[in-house]
Amino acid sequence: MKPVLVPLRAEFAKFRRVRSWVIALCAAVTVFVLLSFLSAFESRAPVGAVPVGPGGEAVSDTYMFVHQALAGDGTLTARVTALSGTPELAPWAKAGIILEPDTNQGTAYAAVMVTGDHGIRMQDNYTHDRPGLPGRVGLSSPRWLRLSRAGDIITGYDSTDGTHWTEIASARLAGLPRTVRTGLFVTAPEYFVAGAVAGTPSAATASFDWVSVHGGLPSRPWTGTAIAGSYPVASAPTWKQVSASAFTMTGSGDIAPLVGDIISAQWAGASIVNGTIAALLVVIVLTALFATSQYRRGSVRTALAAGPHRGQFLATRAVVAGSLASAAGFTATALAEVITRHVLAANGSYLFPQSGPGLARVIIGTGLLLGLAAALVVALGAMLRRSAVTVAAGIVLLVLPGILGAQTGNWLMRFTPTAAFAIQATLPRSSLVTSAYTPPNGYFPVSPWAGLAVLAAYTAAALTAATWLLRHRDA
Amino acid sequence: MKHALHAEWTKLRTLAGTVWLLLAAAALTAAVSAAAAAATRCPSGGCADDPAKISLTGIYLGQAIVAVLAVTVVSGEYGTGMIRLTLAATPRRVNILAAKAAVITGLVLVTGAVAVPVSLLAGALILSGHGIGPSRGYPAISFTDGPVLRAAFGSVLYLALIALLSLGAATALREAAAAIGTVLGVLYVLPIVAVFDGDATLTRHLEQIAPMTAGLAIQATTGLNSLPISPWAGLGVLAAWAAGSLVVGGILLRNRDA
Repeated sequence: MKPVLVPLRAEFAKFRRVRSWVIALCAAVTVFVLLSFLSAFESRAPVGAVPVGPGGEAVSDTYMFVHQALAGDGTLTARVTALSGTPELAPWAKAGIILEPDTNQGTAYAAVMVTGDHGIRMQDNYTHDRPGLPGRVGLSSPRWLRLSRAGDIITGYDSTDGTHWTEIASARLAGLPRTVRTGLFVTAPEYFVAGAVAGTPSAATASFDWVSVHGGLPSRPWTGTAIAGSYPVASAPTWKQVSASAFTMTGSGDIAPLVGDIISAQWAGASIVNGTIAALLVVIVLTALFATSQYRRGSVRTALAAGPHRGQFLATRAVVAGSLASAAGFTATALAEVITRHVLAANGSYLFPQSGPGLARVIIGTGLLLGLAAALVVALGAMLRRSAVTVAAGIVLLVLPGILGAQTGNWLMRFTPTAAFAIQATLPRSSLVTSAYTPPNGYFPVSPWAGLAVLAAYTAAALTAATWLLRHRDA
Repeated sequence: MKHALHAEWTKLRTLAGTVWLLLAAAALTAAVSAAAAAATRCPSGGCADDPAKISLTGIYLGQAIVAVLAVTVVSGEYGTGMIRLTLAATPRRVNILAAKAAVITGLVLVTGAVAVPVSLLAGALILSGHGIGPSRGYPAISFTDGPVLRAAFGSVLYLALIALLSLGAATALREAAAAIGTVLGVLYVLPIVAVFDGDATLTRHLEQIAPMTAGLAIQATTGLNSLPISPWAGLGVLAAWAAGSLVVGGILLRNRDA
C-alpha cells in the first residue's frame, strides 16, 4: 500500500468502528429524503396544461387577437397612438401586429410591437427579440408598424410617420402554411413593484388606426379572439372597431417564454433545497463531533504521534468526512428527485422540462455541496476544537446567510458559502420576462458552478488556515 | 438556592470562554447590524423598509453565540464530569437548573442591553445617510418612540429567551454538539423551510410557530398588519418554547443518572 493511503485507511477505519456515525450518516440521507417528500407533499398548486413553443420550451401564450386570414404573400400595416395599463403599465406590456399559422397555444409567430418600457421590438417564436425605435408611444409620438410576408420569411419595419420605414429584422417561420392569421394583438404581463416577491396581473389598452392589409384576403371582416392560456390575467379582454381602420383593444397575459413564479408559486426544486438544509444540519453536527472528538479524548496526541505529518492528518480527515457526506448527498438527492417529482406531478403541480445533464448537475452538485461543507467543518473543528463552537460556526456560515439574504438582498448568497445552493437552480430565465428572480422562486444570484466554487474556496481557505494552526499550536 | 446561585456564578465567571463569548455576542450583533444597514439602499424611494428592524439584524447572529454560551454552561460540565460534583453539592437538582438559568439570563440581559442600543444608534446613523430616514417619511429610530422602544426591549428579552431555550435543550441532550445543532436547527432551519415552501397558508403557520420568526416579530415597527403574528404574541411563542425546553430539561435532570 502506498504510504499516503495508510493514514487515509486509518481514518476510514476509525470512522467505521464507531457505529453511531454510520447510523447518523444514514440519518442524514433519511432526513433529506423525508423533508423533501413532506415539502413536495404539502405543496398543492395545480395548474392546467402549459403550452410548448416551437423550440420545445414552456411558453406563455395569452393575449387579445383581432385578426383575419391572409393567403400567400402580403403586408399588414398599423399605427399605434396610445398604450396604457391598469393598475400599472408593465414594462413588457405589448401592443402590435402579429402573423401566425393558427390561433393554437404555443404556435409559431412573428410580431412587431410597441412595449411599455422597451420601445419597439420585433419578436418571433417566443425567444427571439430585436429592438426597433426606442421610447414610449403616445399621441405626440405615434408609432407605425409593418409586417410583410414573402414565403417563409417575415420582415418587420417601424416608422414614426408612415412614409419613412426602417427594417428591424426578418424571421423565418419554417413550414408556414399558405393561409395564415394576421392582425392586431394586445397583452400585458404581471408587473413587479421593487422588492416584491410576487407579481400583480395587469391589463393594457391600446389604440390602433390606419390598419391596412394588402394581399390575398379570403375573408374581409375582422374577428376578435381572446387567446386564453395559463397566464394569470387581470381582466377579460375586450375589442372595439371604432371605424373601418381603427380599433381599441384591451388585453392581459403574455407572449413569451415561461419562467418560474408566473403560473405557480411553487418551484419544484424547493423541496430539494429543504431536504438539503436538513441534511446539512445533520452533516455539520456529525462532522463537528468527528473533527473534535479526538481533542476531547486526547487521542489526537496518539494520532499526531503515529503520523507526524500534521498537514496530511487534517487532509485525510477532510477527505474522509467529505467523501462520506458526498456519497450520502448523491444517494439522498437522487432518491429525493425521483420521489418529489412523482409527488408533485400527482399533486397536479407544473414541472418545467428537465434536461438529463441538468438533473445530473443537481444530483452531483448537491453531493459535492454536502462534501465540501463537511470538509469545511473538519477545518473549523481543527481550529476551534470545541464541538459546540464548531457546530455553531458551521451553521452560521452555511445556513444563516440564506435567511439574512431575504432581509438584505441577494448579495449574501453571492459571497458566502450559501452561494453553493445555486447548484440546485433548474428554472429557465428570460430577459424578455420580468419576474421575481429570487432564491425562494428558484433563481440564485450566481451561476451554478460558480456558486459551488465559492464554497470550495471557503473550504480550501479554512483547511489552509487549520493546517497552519495545527503545525504551530500544541495539541 | 443562594448557594447554588453563588456556585453557578463562580463557575461561569471563572471560565475563560464566558467573557469572550459575551464580548463576541455584543460585538458581532452590532457589527452585523451596521453591515445590514450599510447594505440597505433605496435609490428610487418608497421601499418597504423598517429602519428599526434592519438596525437589529445582528440579533440573527448574536443569538447563535448566546446559544453556544448557554449550551456550554451545561454540556461543559457533562464533558468534564464536573456535573457529578455539582449534583452531589446540590441534591435538589431543579435548583441547579434554576440557578444556571438565573445567572445566564442576567449575563445575557446585560450583553443585550449593550448590543441593542449600539446597533440601533449605528443603524439610525447609517440609514439616514442612505436616505432611509425621517426626511423621506420613514419612522425615525428614536428611543422615545413606542414601537422602537418595544423593538429594543423585545430584542434584549429575545436574546435572554434564546439562552433559556438553549439551556433547557442542553440539559435534556447533554452532548454539546447535539444540543447546539438542535437549537440552531429549530431557530434557523424552520424559517428557511417556511420561505421555500410554496403553500402560503403553511408558510404563515410555520412563521407563527417557529421560535425565531415568531420571536423576532417584536422587532417590527412598520407594517404591523402584515406580520404573521403580533409582536408580543410572537415573543410569547418563543417564551413557550423556552419554558417547554426548560421543563423537559428539568424533568430529565431530576429523573436521570448523571
